Amino acid sequence: MSSNVFLNIFRFLLLLFLQVLLLNNINLFGYLNPQLYILFIILFPIKGNQTLLLISSFLLGLSVDLFEDSGGVHALACLIAAYFRPYILRLLFGINYDFQSIKFSSVSYGTKIAYIAYMVVIHHLSLYFFEFFSFSHFFSVLEKTLFSGMFTVIICLLSISIFNNKK
Amino acid sequence: MQQILNFLIKYKNTLIFFLLAIFSLYLIVASHSYHKSRILSSANFLTGTVFGWQNDVESYFYLEEYNERLLDENKKLREVLVNLNDTIDYSSFIDSTNFKSTYRIRTAEVISNNYSSLNNYITINQGKNVGVKPDYGVITSEGIVGVVENVSANYASVISILNSRSKINAKLQKSNHFGSLVWNGNDPNIVQLIDVPRLAPISEGDTVTTGGKSFIFPEGIPIGTVTKFGLDQNQSYFSIDVRLFNDMTNIGYVYIIENIDKQEIQALINPEEDE
Repeated sequence: MSSNVFLNIFRFLLLLFLQVLLLNNINLFGYLNPQLYILFIILFPIKGNQTLLLISSFLLGLSVDLFEDSGGVHALACLIAAYFRPYILRLLFGINYDFQSIKFSSVSYGTKIAYIAYMVVIHHLSLYFFEFFSFSHFFSVLEKTLFSGMFTVIICLLSISIFNNKK
Repeated sequence: MQQILNFLIKYKNTLIFFLLAIFSLYLIVASHSYHKSRILSSANFLTGTVFGWQNDVESYFYLEEYNERLLDENKKLREVLVNLNDTIDYSSFIDSTNFKSTYRIRTAEVISNNYSSLNNYITINQGKNVGVKPDYGVITSEGIVGVVENVSANYASVISILNSRSKINAKLQKSNHFGSLVWNGNDPNIVQLIDVPRLAPISEGDTVTTGGKSFIFPEGIPIGTVTKFGLDQNQSYFSIDVRLFNDMTNIGYVYIIENIDKQEIQALINPEEDE
């Protein structure tokens, strides 16, 4: 149990620094940056405390905001993603989720991709919507969500397969 | 009472969600209101230190390029100096206390630079300790960069010209017609000059410089060249695409410009706002 806590604290810090020091400087095609730090929300233990998840995702987003000077958009986007995570899990894993018997490392590849994609879309959509903060930029929001989202999903899948648990 | 408690316990996650959401919305709205000191800014000790480490490593990779820029700038300044027909007596002692100048210049290094989002900020490694204050202009040898917004002891955050909330007075060098420099969020090399009257003679390749109608930048600092222009919806003003001289994606070292007479001018314009 306590090793799980340390693992998550470590993941929090690692992803935060990776995000602000490295990934925010990629700027592929001039403006695309993968928001890898939401991997923290994605990989948070399924059986874990939902309240803790909400608060820690909020803090993670807030820290990214601090480094990016972006007000509170990352905090809000993370919060929304964390809040909707149980609903997505229920949607994808159905009845299994309520029994809490699934392990993330053992689910099929397709479900894994779907889960990550749902989370990334929710996060990015709210992130860019609140960043632009107007309906007149609707298509810019969609465009950024689409391209940045694909980038994030790919990087997320790669990092998961690299750091896969041995079991 | 019991029921209220039960309700709170049952919906505690939703309540926390809404509470935190309202708080972050407040932060977002606060960051949108121009000229209010923002609650979260990268000009603080923590982010400044982290970006400082990053910059310590990164700056080595650009040393050669920054050296070349310096040489270039020195060359330009030398040319101006040599061609000045007035003889400046280098040997004579200039008493700096009697030397009246309007602008004071400080140097700083950019330690963090964003240009991929709609509202970009830059963090520089000089702050209150050397006298940097909000509303000082920031330029490089090639063009303008932005305006200081928040300062901490050793760091300052600069609202970049690549920020939808930035609005800087600029003019066409040829004809002295004024407009406002804004950014539409698309290309980090292209900014927009709007509200230029339609009677202004304009052609592609014209130089755009700072206007001098603001107290932030001195007049005549280069900004960029006109690449495209057209009339706006009202058919009465031009809106012009300006290609920046500066490479905003790689800034390096900057100059911070302080207008010494600013307070005097402002006191004259708004006597009631005497601070």
